Amino acid sequence: MRGLNRIKYSYLNTRSPNQVRCIGLKVAIVGVGQTKFTRACGVSVRELAFEGFREAMEDAGLTSKNIDASIVCSAPEYDKQRSPAGLIAEYLGLNPQPSFYAESICSSSSTGVRLAYGLIKSGLHDTVAVIGFQKMSELSSAEVQERMGRGADLMWESPFGVMMPAGYAMYARAHMQKYGTTEEQLAKVKVKSGKYGFLNPKAMFQREVTLEDVLKARVIASPLKMLDCCANADGASSIILASEKKARKITDTPIWVVGVGAATDTLTTTGRSNLTGLSAAIEAAGQAYRMAGVKPEDIDVAEVHDCFTIAEILAYEALGFCKPGGGGKLIEEGQTYFGGKFPVNIDGGLLSKGHPIGATGGSQIRTIVQQLRGEAGKTQVDGAEIGLVHNIGGVGLYGNVTILRR
Amino acid sequence: MIHTGFEKFGKVSYTSETNVNDFVKHLEQGKVMATKCKQCGKVFFPPRADCSSCFSKSMDWKELGSSWKLETYTTAHFGPTGFEDDVPYTLALAQNEQGEKVFARLSKGIKPEETKLGMELKLAPVKLPNEKLSYEFRKA
Repeated sequence: MRGLNRIKYSYLNTRSPNQVRCIGLKVAIVGVGQTKFTRACGVSVRELAFEGFREAMEDAGLTSKNIDASIVCSAPEYDKQRSPAGLIAEYLGLNPQPSFYAESICSSSSTGVRLAYGLIKSGLHDTVAVIGFQKMSELSSAEVQERMGRGADLMWESPFGVMMPAGYAMYARAHMQKYGTTEEQLAKVKVKSGKYGFLNPKAMFQREVTLEDVLKARVIASPLKMLDCCANADGASSIILASEKKARKITDTPIWVVGVGAATDTLTTTGRSNLTGLSAAIEAAGQAYRMAGVKPEDIDVAEVHDCFTIAEILAYEALGFCKPGGGGKLIEEGQTYFGGKFPVNIDGGLLSKGHPIGATGGSQIRTIVQQLRGEAGKTQVDGAEIGLVHNIGGVGLYGNVTILRR
Repeated sequence: MIHTGFEKFGKVSYTSETNVNDFVKHLEQGKVMATKCKQCGKVFFPPRADCSSCFSKSMDWKELGSSWKLETYTTAHFGPTGFEDDVPYTLALAQNEQGEKVFARLSKGIKPEETKLGMELKLAPVKLPNEKLSYEFRKA
């Protein structure tokens, strides 16, 4: 088991006097849930959110009266309901407990988990539910297309006609030039994704793809093609967090939140000093590793934000799974497959699961929690002890890295 | 005083009121301008009315250098609302010898096979239909 040789980094086995004092203030994940991600869910937003929440609550063995506060996470530009936190708190039976809203676009529910961690750590609440959702089919394609144009700096860059794929495509182009990364290497990320999406009953695309399928797909924003991009989806996720004292009463298998890192970068492309890596992700990863007292080689299984194939390559490098520029080779060597040195997105990732913006981070965390509990089925990493979640909002605008441990 | 007129900038503009609306007046005169903080000397592009380094509100206009190199680009085959008729178009980031960076489109006069990172470019104002204004990169 890989865990045995890393006792020197262990949060539990190397207690400094300070950590002994803080032992009662550890924070655990005690319940996880998500809906199937689909193109169009055919139910209302409240019902969608309820489905993810119910699964997490059944997982934890709790009822709504056991929850002290809720954090609702989505990207508001896709919502019709104003202030969805209040509506969802009512439908989930979470009145009169406080409820509030967290947003960092595609990393909203990782931000929710960070906030829940802080609330529990401070002693303000004992049990917090993080509810992520997005019903992207709530809007017409024309409405979605209009909102897509407002994701860049509205005053200075959106007037040129910018969409998300273009932002990541510019990173891809610079990475290819500097490191010799190829379109085939990018395509291999999607081939890996298809292999595991095929095994994930909650994924929107449960099918394998060939290298040729990816390379021959129509160009969206060069060098990114249709299958280099994840798809909009409807879906919801929920993560239930609790203080150590409560967690030990709720479950025999608490999964500890041992590292939380978060950072930002400029929204403007002109403000970016690094065009071959996401600085916010690199910063967040450093924070999370230091806090958890672990190193990249200690990570048994990881979920990374593969909204585009290039984004997964950049994630390998930001997380230290390889040197800057080594991401293309890492996927080519199969090191991020199940059984490889760093199994990454072995639930299919965003590229297969689909990307219901506010729900995505929660879905990533759910996968890692299941791995650390030994509940991951066909893709269970043997003896997985430490897992990592890398969740990015926008084109590297918000970086969030969370490290979990059993 | 309400500072309007900025809606002339860009094929689709989302902003009309700003303290840096004189940017458009300079663009009408053929100049792409940055702002420079009178107090600490920091140069900003895109232009800003407020200095994030020293909090001064006192800014001068400063013309950007003319010699640019292509840092990265992408050719978009799908555009957001209002840009559908323009596709394909190439979005680019370039840097000049002073380290200033500008995001703009590459002129359609540059052929795809000529587009290479590191290629030399010049920055030029452009007039768009409906009295709109913008700027683009052309071959140096």
